[in-house]
Amino acid sequence: MKSGWSSRAYGSVRRLARAYPSMLRVGLADMVAYRAEFLVWILSMNMPLVMMALWTAVAADGPMGRFGQREFVAYYLGMLIVRILTGSWLVWELTMEIRRGTLAIRLLRPIHPLWAFSALQLAAVPMRALVISPLIVVLYWVAGATLPMHDPERLAIVFASIAGAWLLLFLVMAIIGMLAAYVESALSVFDLWLGAQAILSGFLVPLELMPAWVARVARVLPFRYILGFPVETLIGLESDAVALRELGVQWLFVAGAFVMTLLLWRKALRRFAAFGG
Amino acid sequence: MNQTLHRYLRLFLVQLRTSFTLAVQYRFDFFIEGLLALLWLGITLVPLMVVFSQRSTLAGWSYPEALVVVGLFSVLKAVLDGAITPSLNHVVDGIRKGTLDFILLKPADAQFLVSTARFDPWRILDLFGSIAIVVYALRRLHHVPSVWEALAACALFSVAILLIYSLWILVVSLSFRVVKVDNLSYLFMSIFDAGRWPIHVFKGALRVLFTVVFPLALMTTYPAQALLGHLSLDHALLAGTGGLIFAGCARWIWQRSLQAYTSASS
Repeated sequence: MKSGWSSRAYGSVRRLARAYPSMLRVGLADMVAYRAEFLVWILSMNMPLVMMALWTAVAADGPMGRFGQREFVAYYLGMLIVRILTGSWLVWELTMEIRRGTLAIRLLRPIHPLWAFSALQLAAVPMRALVISPLIVVLYWVAGATLPMHDPERLAIVFASIAGAWLLLFLVMAIIGMLAAYVESALSVFDLWLGAQAILSGFLVPLELMPAWVARVARVLPFRYILGFPVETLIGLESDAVALRELGVQWLFVAGAFVMTLLLWRKALRRFAAFGG
Repeated sequence: MNQTLHRYLRLFLVQLRTSFTLAVQYRFDFFIEGLLALLWLGITLVPLMVVFSQRSTLAGWSYPEALVVVGLFSVLKAVLDGAITPSLNHVVDGIRKGTLDFILLKPADAQFLVSTARFDPWRILDLFGSIAIVVYALRRLHHVPSVWEALAACALFSVAILLIYSLWILVVSLSFRVVKVDNLSYLFMSIFDAGRWPIHVFKGALRVLFTVVFPLALMTTYPAQALLGHLSLDHALLAGTGGLIFAGCARWIWQRSLQAYTSASS
């Protein structure tokens, strides 16, 4: 009985491993086809630059806490880099497909739709990396000394934290997107999430500069591990020991979100079948 | 002339009534959206509060003065979300699906028809919230605008609405060529968001960009300065003229784009 299950699981993993490279190629073709949209999307990521302008103007009269002009520039460049690398449209795609019923087509295929969505996004990573490479050069020029370029262990933490941030955002979007099977206004729920994230992730204001209790609350909520934590690790605001511990917290959130996604997915699909008739 | 005006006024009322019917029909969704916008207004005040908890001025602006700019920005955003964006999203949808043809066939000015197609009356919530911020800021400053200051601010603010509308028309004109415009509108809103800060926060290229190319300074900073009595007459006149020229250009580009439009079916 058990061996039957494991061989089935093995079969599906093998099928996925065979199909995934093709799915990545499809994703890349999709991205190239909609290159103008990609460009527009990159340009719309300008909020960190505006915040950078604001905070450097503030820091012109002297530093705020640990943050001088140089640190603010590094922080918001890091924010831009993390945002572009980890950004995702899953929640919009999922809610639209559920509402229009086109998710049914994906369900007919022998691979989990979330894998397909993830391939679409991962395929865009090389192009996104290309776009952020000049940003990295500027960041290196501004904050070279604090960057973990020569420390392999540190570099590993940075990559792991960015990967964790990507995965966490992807799963949260999957969870909220699946709500569309239950309520009309799943996107409003996501708007609420974005609102909380703007404050509690360090997106608008570095959490260190917020009142102490806000920063404390933010540490036990998932928002910070999507943006603020990878940025702080990238520009070297945290010591290795703290960064490593928080990496553990981040991946705990990822694991929790993963379990939730699996549970909700099965329940929501039953509901979705009822939706389409 | 008078008759045409009368006819367009009646058309406008008909269009408005359709929007009200829709807004009442989907009241829950619209109401939630209005509430969310109010929430965002609160969230975006946070950076301002953090800055002024440690500093008394920002690029020459005190806390209540900066609050006037934020308030005017939110008023403008409420107008935009309530009266401009819904209509223009509607056109963009029409361009993609080819239903714009039906509007073009109607015996009235196309720009008028598409610009009044949809309103979102629930945004009145945000409008009141934003006006409250402006009033609160003025009270904290103990500043009662004189008649001239108020008139200048109103005039400049009308120019601001005209400007934001013209920019949107330009975006829609672009959508005749680039189809996927939900992205473009997202870009537009993301740039517009920078208008909540006084223009003096920005230096160098960004300041030029936000004054001339995407004239955010004309939309929020100048009306706020007028209201506070900090704006000289020649600046005000310059801003007004610049805004009107901008709007004229937008109308011209819209007409050119419309000529180039060959509906989705052909």
